[in-house]
This record gives sequence, structure tokens and C-alpha cells, in this order.
Amino acid sequence: MRRAVNLDPMKTSTKVMAAGTALEPMATAAAEEIAAQDFTCVVQNHRPQIFRFLLASLRDVDLAETLTQECFLKAHRNWGSFRGESSALTWLMRIAINLQKDHWRNRRMQFWRHTQNNSVDLDEASEWLPSGESSAEQQLLAREQVKRVWKSVAGLSERQRTVFLLRYVEERDLSEIAQATGLSEGTVKAHLSRALGKVRAELGGKR
Amino acid sequence: MSLRDRIEDAPDAALEQALKNFRSSVHAWSEAAYSRPRTAVSVVRHRSWRLAASCALGCALVAGSVTGVVHERHHRQEMAMAAARAAEHERQVAAERARVEDEDLLATVDSDVSREVPSALEPLAQLMVEDEAKVSNTSK
Repeated sequence: MRRAVNLDPMKTSTKVMAAGTALEPMATAAAEEIAAQDFTCVVQNHRPQIFRFLLASLRDVDLAETLTQECFLKAHRNWGSFRGESSALTWLMRIAINLQKDHWRNRRMQFWRHTQNNSVDLDEASEWLPSGESSAEQQLLAREQVKRVWKSVAGLSERQRTVFLLRYVEERDLSEIAQATGLSEGTVKAHLSRALGKVRAELGGKR
Repeated sequence: MSLRDRIEDAPDAALEQALKNFRSSVHAWSEAAYSRPRTAVSVVRHRSWRLAASCALGCALVAGSVTGVVHERHHRQEMAMAAARAAEHERQVAAERARVEDEDLLATVDSDVSREVPSALEPLAQLMVEDEAKVSNTSK
């Protein structure tokens, strides 16, 4: 049976699913080949986004690469069970979030062991500036803003940070965040509101 | 989302700018990190170099241990042989000393025994001395 895949990260896969159901009677080998091709497309299209989300969450390039690799390995193993109920990116984000949770849980469980931490500090993370800033003053201001946002993000709870990064870095909408995190939309809103309040407070605004 | 929530959560201009800069910064960092040259080959070489160094060090340690053991064993054998030689020499010296002491003792005993003639046999001994003197005069 051919599985339809929505490669557009911003849309759900309703249309493609409908097209996919029309192609049900197919030979198994051909279906597997198509599925493999689909998965290759999924990897090519979404790998940078998964990597970016994990990098922003962990601030560790090597660890983000490792977890990205694990994410797609896990996705490949479970590709057969993906029903297209959400977009492929949302499904991959969910896997990445779970891997990240497992990682933090393992770190907490193994706190007595010497674990190497390659997370870059906030200053280093803030060095990457948007290229549009022209004057030195704008560069400085932008760097200061980015540094403060990083600082407040580092102080967020794991769930708040995930929701915040999905909303303001990955620009997912609330329903997608809810699907990726397994939370209700109301809970997502609450976490987002608290996270935004902390960022605003760090930036010296209201609240 | 209620109107109040929307007003409260609506990012003001400064916050919006900061979030935009943050997003751009993360994207720029991610793109740079994603497209950076991978160091898998150098890591493998580094690991293989370390593996070779570990093997060499291990071999050197094993060889050193074996050499040490052999040297120690040889040294102990030499010590044992030297001790055996010394013991033999001691034994020979002791035997020689004992032999000399026995001869001296026998000589002393002989002389003591020969001198101490019982008084009852003294006249007989005197006669023997006189006979010996006569025989010597006659022969002259």
C-alpha cells in the first residue's frame, strides 16, 4: 500500500493522503521502492530543520548532529507506521523532541559520571548575527538582543524552551506544536505565554 | 485565545525585533554548522593513530615486563649459584680447618703421650736410652 507523504512542512497532508488512497493496489516491491524514495525526499527536505531545532535546544553542534542522525534512523525504522496524519516534519519533530528528552533524562540519571559537555556558551552562540545589520551600532544592538534572548531561553524549562523554539525559530503554528509535543493547544499557549514573558522581562520590557 | 491574551502575548516592536534577530542568528549558526566540513576522516585517522600508539605502548609494556621477569629470574639464578659457590668454599675451608686441627690434635696427643711415661717404666726407658747410646758408639 502506498503511503502518501506531505513534503510541505507548513501544510498538513490531507490532499496527498487523498491521492495516495487511490493508488492502494500496488505491488509490494514497488511500494517499498516508492516509500524509500519518499523517505529520501523527507531526509533531504527536513534534515536541516531538525538539525537547527536540536542545535538551538542543545547549543551543541556535535550532539545536535548525533541526535539528528538518530532521529532519521528512528524515522526510517518506523517509516512503515507513519500514517500521514500530520506532516512529515511534525512527525520528525516529535521524534526529535523525544530523543532530546531521552538525552536529558540520561544526563540526569548519569550525573555522577563524567560526561563531556560541548555546549557553547551564550556569548559564542550570540556571535552569529543576522547579516542585514549594516552599522556597527546596529550589529552591537542586535548582538546584545540575541544574547539576552539566549540567556532567557537557557533559563526556560525544557517544555517551555521546546515550545518557544518551535514557535519563534521554526515558525510552527500552535496546532503543529501541539502535535509535535503531544500537548493540547491550550497547554502550548500557556507555555508559550510564560516563555515569552520571561524573554520580555530579560529584554527589559513589561512583566 | 482571548482578546486579553492576544494583547498580552502580542510582541511589542522591540521584542519582535529581538525575536527576529534571534531567529536569524539561530538560522545563520545552524546553516554554518550544517555545511561545515565534516571531520570524520581525521577523527578516524586520529583514532587509528591512537590505536597504533596504544598497541605500541602495550607491546612495549609487555616486552618490558617479560624482560624484567627474565632478568629477575637470571639474577636470582646467578645469586643462587654464587651462594652455592660461597657455601661450597665455606664448606671446603671448614673441612680443611677441621683436618688441620685434627692433625695438630693428634700430634699434640702423640707428644703428650710419648713424654708422659709412667714412673714405673722409667728405669726400663733409661736402659733403652743407654743401649741406644752404646750401639751408636760401637758403630762409630
